[in-house]
Amino acid sequence: MDTLIRRRLLLLAPLAVAAGAGGAATALLVRMQEGRYDPHALPSMLVGKKVPAFDLPGQPPSAGFSAADITAQGQPGLVNFFASWCVPCAQEAPALAALQRGGVRIWGIAYKDAPEATTRFLDRYGDPYVRVARDAAGTVGIDFGLYGVPESFLVDPTGVVRWRWTGGLSADLVRQDLLPRLRSLS
Amino acid sequence: MRRALATSAVLLALTGGARAVSDPGEMLPNPVQERRAEALGEQLRCLVCQNESVEQSDADLAKDLRRIIRQRVAAGDTDSQVVGWMVARYGDFIRLNPPFKPMTAVLWGAPVIAVAIGAGAALLARRRPNAPPAPLSEAERQRLAELLER
Repeated sequence: MDTLIRRRLLLLAPLAVAAGAGGAATALLVRMQEGRYDPHALPSMLVGKKVPAFDLPGQPPSAGFSAADITAQGQPGLVNFFASWCVPCAQEAPALAALQRGGVRIWGIAYKDAPEATTRFLDRYGDPYVRVARDAAGTVGIDFGLYGVPESFLVDPTGVVRWRWTGGLSADLVRQDLLPRLRSLS
Repeated sequence: MRRALATSAVLLALTGGARAVSDPGEMLPNPVQERRAEALGEQLRCLVCQNESVEQSDADLAKDLRRIIRQRVAAGDTDSQVVGWMVARYGDFIRLNPPFKPMTAVLWGAPVIAVAIGAGAALLARRRPNAPPAPLSEAERQRLAELLER
């Protein structure tokens, strides 16, 4: 009798393993759907380090900015690389606009984009940025370890990068990942 | 036979050497430096396509990285300085041949681990001859009799 129960339990073990794996896979898919997990994303080398030094010209009418400008007012900032030719950049516009309304300082860097195209993009999807700079050659992007647009970097008031996201920001991602981090910084 | 070998050698040379450097303006004038830059580009992964080297890829970022490799080689950087510059920005993932360290130990150890598991399973299977089933206990005998009667 004893062995019978044990055998039945043993039969259940693979089922339990399958159920566990299924649960984990579902959680992963839900996170992907909410835009909170990207299986192709690479870890950033910048997290925990100072923002790389740069000084970029502005996208008129905005003035340009340097690494020091981001934290000059002792507040955290979000550095957002974008381009008019990038579809997820347009898709993340509502999330960026909501952040700006919430008082988050967003610093835009137009990556390898023509000035007129950037102007049209900002006219059409809104301009949530404190300032917009131009990285026409893409070299500052490479210093940030950028491998696509959009990419966003959360910089703490001491100028250290705390978080990086590759791809468009979604409302779910902002609420569950970005806002708690911002709150812990201020 | 010899002809077949020659043909395959030519085919290999044609396909294996395929490079995305289509613009001769990208190349360094010094052939020794250009060869070094190409060898470096072969070791680095294109972050956009992820399974192509920087040297093979047609992605914009790969083009930029090829240009940077050539600038640094021409400026007199050693190979490890160039690779170090890339790793500082993109991590070990950019190296198609990742270094052995705690993070990559499982990656490099995977063949050894797989062989060890297989050998262990084979040993276990061999060592444990199928034991004859234990004789039925008195309670089991009774239950069997009950079941058979039904």
